[in-house]
Amino acid sequence: MREVVIAGAGFAKIGERRNDRIGDIFAEAFRMLIDNTQIDPKEIEALVVGNMSAGEFVGQASLGAYLADYVGLSGIPAIRVEAACTSGGASVRTAYHLVASGAYDVVVAAGVEKMTDTPNNQTTSILAEAAHQEYETYFGASFVALNALMMRYYLDKYKPKREAFAKRSVYMHQNAVDNPRAQFRRPVKLEQVLNSTIVADPLTIFECAPIGDGSAAVLLTTPEKAKELGLEYVKIAGAALATDRLALHERDELDTLKATLRARERAYKQAKIEPKDVDLIEIHDAFSIMAVLALEDLGFAKKGEGRKLIDEGVISRDGSLPANLGGGLKARGHPVGSTTVYGVGEAYLNLLQKAPRKSPGGEVAVVQGIGGTGSTVSVFVLRR
Amino acid sequence: MYMGIIEGTFPPRYRREVKYRNAFVGWRCKKCGRVFYTPRKRCECGSREIEEIELPREGRVVTRTVVRNPPKGYEKYAPYAIAIIELDVDGQKVRVLGQLADVDLDKIRTGMRVRATLRRIRAGRRGLIEYGVKRVPIEE
Amino acid sequence: MIASILGYGAYIPRYRIKAEEIAKVWGQDPDRVKLGLLVESKSVPGPDEDTATIAFEAAMQAIERAGIDKSLIGAVFVGSESHPYAVKPTGTILASALGLNPKHLRAASFEFACKAGTEAIQAVIGLINAGLIKYGLAIGADTAQGRPSDPLEYTAAAGGAAYVLGPKGDSKAIAEIERVESYVTDTPDFRRRQGAPYPEHGVRFTGEPAYFHHIINSVKLLLEKLGRDINEYDRFAFHSPNGKFVRNVARRLGIKDLSRVVSLDIVRKCGNFYSGSTLVGIARALDKANPGDKILAASFGSGAGSDAFSIVVKDRITEVKSIGKSVDRYLNRAKYIDYGTYARYRGILVMD
Ligand SMILES: [Zn+2]
Repeated sequence: MREVVIAGAGFAKIGERRNDRIGDIFAEAFRMLIDNTQIDPKEIEALVVGNMSAGEFVGQASLGAYLADYVGLSGIPAIRVEAACTSGGASVRTAYHLVASGAYDVVVAAGVEKMTDTPNNQTTSILAEAAHQEYETYFGASFVALNALMMRYYLDKYKPKREAFAKRSVYMHQNAVDNPRAQFRRPVKLEQVLNSTIVADPLTIFECAPIGDGSAAVLLTTPEKAKELGLEYVKIAGAALATDRLALHERDELDTLKATLRARERAYKQAKIEPKDVDLIEIHDAFSIMAVLALEDLGFAKKGEGRKLIDEGVISRDGSLPANLGGGLKARGHPVGSTTVYGVGEAYLNLLQKAPRKSPGGEVAVVQGIGGTGSTVSVFVLRR
Repeated sequence: MYMGIIEGTFPPRYRREVKYRNAFVGWRCKKCGRVFYTPRKRCECGSREIEEIELPREGRVVTRTVVRNPPKGYEKYAPYAIAIIELDVDGQKVRVLGQLADVDLDKIRTGMRVRATLRRIRAGRRGLIEYGVKRVPIEE
Repeated sequence: MIASILGYGAYIPRYRIKAEEIAKVWGQDPDRVKLGLLVESKSVPGPDEDTATIAFEAAMQAIERAGIDKSLIGAVFVGSESHPYAVKPTGTILASALGLNPKHLRAASFEFACKAGTEAIQAVIGLINAGLIKYGLAIGADTAQGRPSDPLEYTAAAGGAAYVLGPKGDSKAIAEIERVESYVTDTPDFRRRQGAPYPEHGVRFTGEPAYFHHIINSVKLLLEKLGRDINEYDRFAFHSPNGKFVRNVARRLGIKDLSRVVSLDIVRKCGNFYSGSTLVGIARALDKANPGDKILAASFGSGAGSDAFSIVVKDRITEVKSIGKSVDRYLNRAKYIDYGTYARYRGILVMD
């Protein structure tokens, strides 16, 4: 297997983009990728697109062909991959293998989701498709509700301070202030988070990622090709994807994402790192509980103690393990199928000190993406 | 081309799934003995010999929430409670998910004992009326 | 003896609306309503309840009390005037949810206004005696609709009961149905046209030529055939459109001790269950029965007709009382709701 690097990234502004079709949103991310790298688009040999539900959200299948055509790449192989909210992780990992195997030298891994062309209740239904149709969704479980079930379980079991969960949202909004592509660029106060409307007890609306349209794209290639193109890069030192039983109630534990444990083990082993070697992280914090579980399951805290990393500021911008410097899913936004590509792209920017606001820097970044309530998890280790 | 009412579940799917929605059925791997609520054709132990069993109707809430922003088709029941319930199947702990009915939403507690019954899950004006297992508190 | 009752179960939804709450909305005097109808509150089905779910709860309990192999049940007959579908038998939904054996299973929805439940019982008895089935489920349940502001709005309630019936002399009998007599005429006291959301009724006409005439005739016929005086019965269950009708029919039949009429408390607290009314009444009589007791029950269905039953309680009644819930447990659980919630639960507020 060949070494694979990330040598460029582009992002669309996340938000309710009423004037833009799904192609426009992707085209914005793609254009930024081309502008930043200054490569000739003819160099791109294949396109992989992570997308959860274009068929349901906008009625478009054949997404690979459509998007390639829309940005003048028609002719190259282009496919859509899906793993619910970490479709973007599946995209990056598929592109990784296309390059590592020697099949192609230059591949774009993108992700896109247009989520605002449907009424709220329909959007809620479409997102719930990430769960088990016959045994979770049918019985009326929304996606937020399933996460709330995990949070309630955690609160009952470890009896943590409720504030520790809410504090995450405060950090994330702070991180997003300087991120021009973030959906929410205003700070919030702890009381606002705690006193906001309850969506599914105990989760408040300020603890949940918003609905938004967005797209991100990263350029994957070999170190040799990157040098030839004159591009700075970070190495993909580890890339793993793992699954768990689809339905939440079928899992062995309700407070551990086994898929995270499995993917982390493979990715860390491949990258030859331990949790203590990690300088910054991009975690899939669609809900506050997911941030806490990610910190524990990625090996940064013992079970039941992930909240301490939040409470003690370890994951804040100035802490020893800064998380989600672009604002994460909460504040940067969560256009589901593109989210893990945003995560990989932002980790790349922060390792190379190219982010809009200078990052604390470092050598090693870990990126996690979660599909469903943890039925698919992707973990990447990036090394400068 | 089907010219009838396309609302809720399409009839072939309804017919295929109705037993698993309305009767409280689970599965047991004949080789390793694992019991599960959600079906699969091959157990993680490698066995394909999986039998259908009737699950016990009583259980205990292990976690719960209240859905206030329901998916499409569930609006007229919201807010409603959803829980994961643990059953004891011959000493094995088996978890299932479902709505709680006939509960005061502020009185739902982890650990409360519940019993399976049949309730409407969703029903539009013209399509199929769709039922399923929901759980009601066992009054002590 | 014509058949055995092996098991029975009743169900009444937990929600209640008080007569005061309804009277407030229409500017009526609640005391006059309560005195006039002898109904203080009525049961209201939750938003996810209907005749099928009520029938399911009742049937589960009936099967459990019968203690039989449920695959031997050969019929599911449901009487109601609020079947979930206009066309698609309620029994099909129940059979699948109850896990009954589809082979040799009969299912049908019965309609005879408020006596569809007792007609279902008679149909099952017929199949048993013809040797076509061994056991059968007969159910009466309703989620009755009364037009807002109509006097029926104070009484149209939800509830039902189910009976597992078997051949006479069955070893699992908790009671035997001794005899049943029916009386039917074309009396248009109450009707609902196809597709109409609410029924129409003849106001004062509903009492005299309808309710009283038919019940008194069926009961007299039954007593005549059995050569029995009405006061030889220990308990009475009558169809209960309101408390006043029940009290009056009992008096006119010569019942000396009104405390033996088990239907009065039911209708006072929970209203009229329509097709479920008489069947829940019989269930309450069985709850209170001792071996050897005699129960007289008479249904009434608008249109019009009445079925009168004579039931003799057997020893096994004492074994099944500890299983499941008594009718009184249902009567005594109540979650009172306001008219707005009631309107929402009953689908009076149109959302789709
Ligand atoms: Zn097995």
